[in-house]
Amino acid sequence: MKYVLLICGDESAAEHAYDGCGGWSETMAERGVLRGGAGLRPPGDATTLRVREGEVLLSDGPFAETKEQLGGFCLIECADLDEAIEIAAAHPAAAYGTIEIRPLTDL
Amino acid sequence: MTPPVEAAVDRAFREEWGQVVATLIRWTGDWDLAEECAQDAFAQALRTWRRDGVPRRPGAWLTTAARNRAVDRLRREATGAAKLREAADMLAAQDGDAADEPGVPDDRLRLIFTCCHPALALEARVALTLRTLAGLTTAEIARAFLVGEQAMAKRLARAKQKIRHAAIPYRVPPAHLLPERLPAVLAVLYLLFNEGYSATAGAGLVRHDLASEAIRLARVLVRLMPDEPEAAGLLALMLMHHARRAARLDEAGDLVVLEDQDRGRWDAGQIAEGVALLDGALGRGRPGPYQVQAAIAACHSTAARPEDTDWAQIAVLYGLLARLVPSPVVELNRAVAVGMAHGPAAGLALVDALRETLRESGALAGYHLLPAARADLLRRLGRTAEAAQAYREAAGLAATDAERRYLARRLAALE
Repeated sequence: MKYVLLICGDESAAEHAYDGCGGWSETMAERGVLRGGAGLRPPGDATTLRVREGEVLLSDGPFAETKEQLGGFCLIECADLDEAIEIAAAHPAAAYGTIEIRPLTDL
Repeated sequence: MTPPVEAAVDRAFREEWGQVVATLIRWTGDWDLAEECAQDAFAQALRTWRRDGVPRRPGAWLTTAARNRAVDRLRREATGAAKLREAADMLAAQDGDAADEPGVPDDRLRLIFTCCHPALALEARVALTLRTLAGLTTAEIARAFLVGEQAMAKRLARAKQKIRHAAIPYRVPPAHLLPERLPAVLAVLYLLFNEGYSATAGAGLVRHDLASEAIRLARVLVRLMPDEPEAAGLLALMLMHHARRAARLDEAGDLVVLEDQDRGRWDAGQIAEGVALLDGALGRGRPGPYQVQAAIAACHSTAARPEDTDWAQIAVLYGLLARLVPSPVVELNRAVAVGMAHGPAAGLALVDALRETLRESGALAGYHLLPAARADLLRRLGRTAEAAQAYREAAGLAATDAERRYLARRLAALE
C-alpha cells in the first residue's frame, strides 16, 4: 500500500523547517518504505491557481488560510495502515505538528 | 410457541453470525459479500433444517453454506476469479475449521479489533461492531442510536470503504500494539452497554437489548482473550450493573436510586458470576480502570442492605480510579463516597472544590449530576434552602424525563 504523509503544523512549526527529520528519513529509506518527499517553504511563498472559463486566476497564499498549514510530505509504501501509523508516529513532526495519512488511489 | 427449527436458527443466529461473517471476511476480503453470504446461509438453514433436521454443529454447517454461496457468487463475477483463486489458496492452506485448532486466533477476534480500529470514528466502530459481529440490522442500529436508517447505512458503508481503501489490517494486533488497541475495543463494548443501560436522550430510559448485546460480545472477548484481566473486569462490571435492571425503574418507569432499590429483585446469579470473574481478574495482579469499577460495583452488589455498604472501601477505590483515569465524573463519585463514609461535610468540601475547577474550565454546563450530588449533601447537612436551589439547578440540566421526575420528587420531599 502507498500512503502520503502530509505534515502539518501551525506557525510555531516554522522554527522546525530546517531541523531535518532527525534521522527519520535515513532510517525509513534503509527499511525500504520511504519512496520520496520534501519539506515545503512557508505558505507565504505559495501561489494558488485556478483556471475558469479559460482564464488563469492566481492568488497569493495557500488553499485556505487556516491555522494548520502543510509543511512537507513523504510518500511511503508499506503493508497496511498499522505500519503507516507506526512510520508516521516515528516522524519528529508528529511531536509538534500533525500528520495526515492518506492512502493513494490504485490508478 | 416458536417451532423447534425456527428456535434453532434463532439461536444459531445469535451464537454463530459473528463467526460466519468473520470467517467469510478473512476468506474473501469483502465485507459486503461476507454479510450477504452469511444472510443467505441463514435463510438456507431455515429451509434445509426443516427438511433434514438441525445439524450437529450448526456453526460449521452455516460457515460451509456461506462459503459455498461465496464461491458461487465469485464465480459469476468477472472480477471474482482472482479473489476466488486467492480464497482457494487460503482454504487449501488452512483446510478445515481453523477455529477448532489450538493456537489459531478466532476470526471473530480479528473482526472485533478491525471494527474497533482507532482510525475509524467512534460511532462507526460501534455501528460496525453491532452489524458485523452481533448481526443487528441497519434499521435496528439506526433505531438504537436515534438516527435515520439511511444515515446509518451511509455510516456503515463509509466505515467499510475506509477499511478497504486505507488498508486497515484484518488481524489481531501484535503483542506490542495490544496495550493501546485492547482499550479501544473495551471502550466500544462499554459505550454500547451504557447506551443500552441509560439512554442518552428522550423518554425511554433503558434499552436492554443493547446492554445484552454488549454483554454477549464481552463474553466472546473474554473467552477469546482469557489472559486479559481488563476484558474480564469489563464483563464483571457489566454483569453487576445489568443484575440491577429489574429494580432500577419503578412501575411508572421512574429511576429508583441504588439505596431505594429492592435488592431482592437483583439477579443474584449475575452478581455471583461478576464477582467470580472479578476475583479471577484481580488475581492476575494487573489492575485497570474496568477492574476497579467492577470492584466498586461489587461493593454495592454484595451489600445485603444499603447501610451495609462499605463506603470507605468505595472511596479508596474511586481514589485509585481517579489516578488511573482522571475525570470530573470520577472525582464527583469519590466525593459522594467520601460523603457517605466520612460525613456530608467532607463530601461537600470535595464537591465544591470540583465545582470551582469545572467552573474555571467552563466544563460545568450540561452536567446535572454535580448539582444533584451537591443538593443531597446540603440536605443531609440541614441546609434546606441551598439544597432546594441545587435540586432546581440539576433538574434544569437533566437530559431524560425520568431523571427530571426523580429530581422533582427529591425537591418535593425537601419542602
